[in-house]
Amino acid sequence: MKQPSRLGAWIAMVVGASYFLIPLLATFEFSLRMRRGEYSLDAYRVVFADPQFQATFGYSIVMALVTIVMGVLLVVPTAYWVHLRMPKLRPVVEFITLLPLVIPAIVIVFGYLRMYNSSSFIPLTGSERATDFLLMCSYVTLSLPYMYRSVDTGLRTIDIRTLTEAAEVLGASTPTILLKVIFPNIASAILSGAFLTFAVVIGEFTMASLLDRPAFGPYLQLIGANRAYEPSALAVIAFLLTWASMGLIQVFSRNTTSRKSS
Amino acid sequence: MSSSLSAPPSPRSAPPAAAAQPAYPLLGVLPFMLFALMFLLLPTAYLMLGAFQDADGHFTLANLRGLLEANVLEAYWISIKISATSALGGGLLGFVLAWAAVMGKLPAWIRPTLMTFSGVASNFAGVPLAFAFLSTLGRMGLVTVLLRTYFDINLYATGFSILSFVGLAITYLYFQIPLMVLIVTPALEGLKKEWREACDCLGGTAYHYWRYVALPVLWPSMVGAMLLLFANAFGAVATAYALTGSSLNIVPILLYAQIRGDVLHNPNLGYAMALGMIVMTGLANAGYILLRSKSERSRA
Repeated sequence: MKQPSRLGAWIAMVVGASYFLIPLLATFEFSLRMRRGEYSLDAYRVVFADPQFQATFGYSIVMALVTIVMGVLLVVPTAYWVHLRMPKLRPVVEFITLLPLVIPAIVIVFGYLRMYNSSSFIPLTGSERATDFLLMCSYVTLSLPYMYRSVDTGLRTIDIRTLTEAAEVLGASTPTILLKVIFPNIASAILSGAFLTFAVVIGEFTMASLLDRPAFGPYLQLIGANRAYEPSALAVIAFLLTWASMGLIQVFSRNTTSRKSS
Repeated sequence: MSSSLSAPPSPRSAPPAAAAQPAYPLLGVLPFMLFALMFLLLPTAYLMLGAFQDADGHFTLANLRGLLEANVLEAYWISIKISATSALGGGLLGFVLAWAAVMGKLPAWIRPTLMTFSGVASNFAGVPLAFAFLSTLGRMGLVTVLLRTYFDINLYATGFSILSFVGLAITYLYFQIPLMVLIVTPALEGLKKEWREACDCLGGTAYHYWRYVALPVLWPSMVGAMLLLFANAFGAVATAYALTGSSLNIVPILLYAQIRGDVLHNPNLGYAMALGMIVMTGLANAGYILLRSKSERSRA
């Protein structure tokens, strides 16, 4: 009775692992094939030397960082406030933060293009800077579910009421409390939200492409349509980035748990 | 700071934080609400209203009728088929993997490894994923070449193509399976050992256990999770676009082309398509929420 179940489990795991690992291996192998007859890192060299790569990659990194800052500034005070003073609003806020998982990104950006076109009240697609701003807002929206859930979980693990009361007794204002008490206490939750946001934003295609901004996602698509070996090199890079973000989340969350238990 | 400290309140008389500033509780959520209105709710509402208006802003149902045009209807049908296929496939395979990790008596390191990997892989969508599968199962892909060289199987002679319906479904599984694993593992962990033991004591077999104990408890979470996978695949643009260009007529790609160049020659029909997408993903998500609360109730 035990034996077949364990055998079946092993088979499932091995088949599953091959399905997930073979494409990664194949991508890596393919990225080495650029020089005829031997493996080389030529594809990577070409990619890294491409000024377009540098420009779009840099753009997306800056975009991701700005998105994270803006997202933290928007989500942390809101989640704190809702926890502390407006618990009745919590389901509403939670529902809104989950909406970006329900409404497809392409629909959201379609709405932007109609609402904020150059002949509207707020012509956010009118200039490049304004469109950058709009793209950042779209990324904050896309990352709301991840950011809010991380922060919300973080806030649940600390006693914000006591912390707030203590800080208020000492005369701290709400911004001071947020900055000096709440932020440091949920730093690891914020960081994991930040890394998830980074992973989502860095290669995002739909929003950037339709808002016509020179981001990494549209660049990937362009290279994919026109080149043979560079796309696999780029896919390897993208996967390493995703993996690094997720790995860092694990590291940070482990550090806090070990600190708390000690 | 010093002024508030000048009369140090005794701990007992310190007012609770909630009552300290009753004047503007709503103000604290105002920035968030404003942001959500401007960048999430109003743009979506704008499209939904537009779906019921003609070019001059008058009420009409013509756009919804336009959804029944042959190529639009076909796009919806292919999208539904591909999302359902990848949701069912991802759901079943993800369930088997989760089952193996939770109940398969495998070494202890496997479960956390699987969970971490699932967290990464469920986020590995978009353009790079399309590249990965092109390098694997494309015409020059590793698996294609290996099969041809060593096993004398020519995948592409069998009519298979990574740029097709089947190819896209296989590619979608790469993020669907991990998502299923992430959702369904907690449900599997919720199955109590005692139930299995009770079933064994009463002379039940593995079949009896699954048929009368485990599946009746699990099915709401399983079906709910699959609905979530369906919605997940239905809205995905980047992977499909990078993989098949515009050769595969699915809703997100048709809508993408419509936004770029009004290929349907009717902007309001675009709104109707967007509305259709929201209705599909909205229904799937509503089903997920209903089933999840059902499974939580039955467990409580």
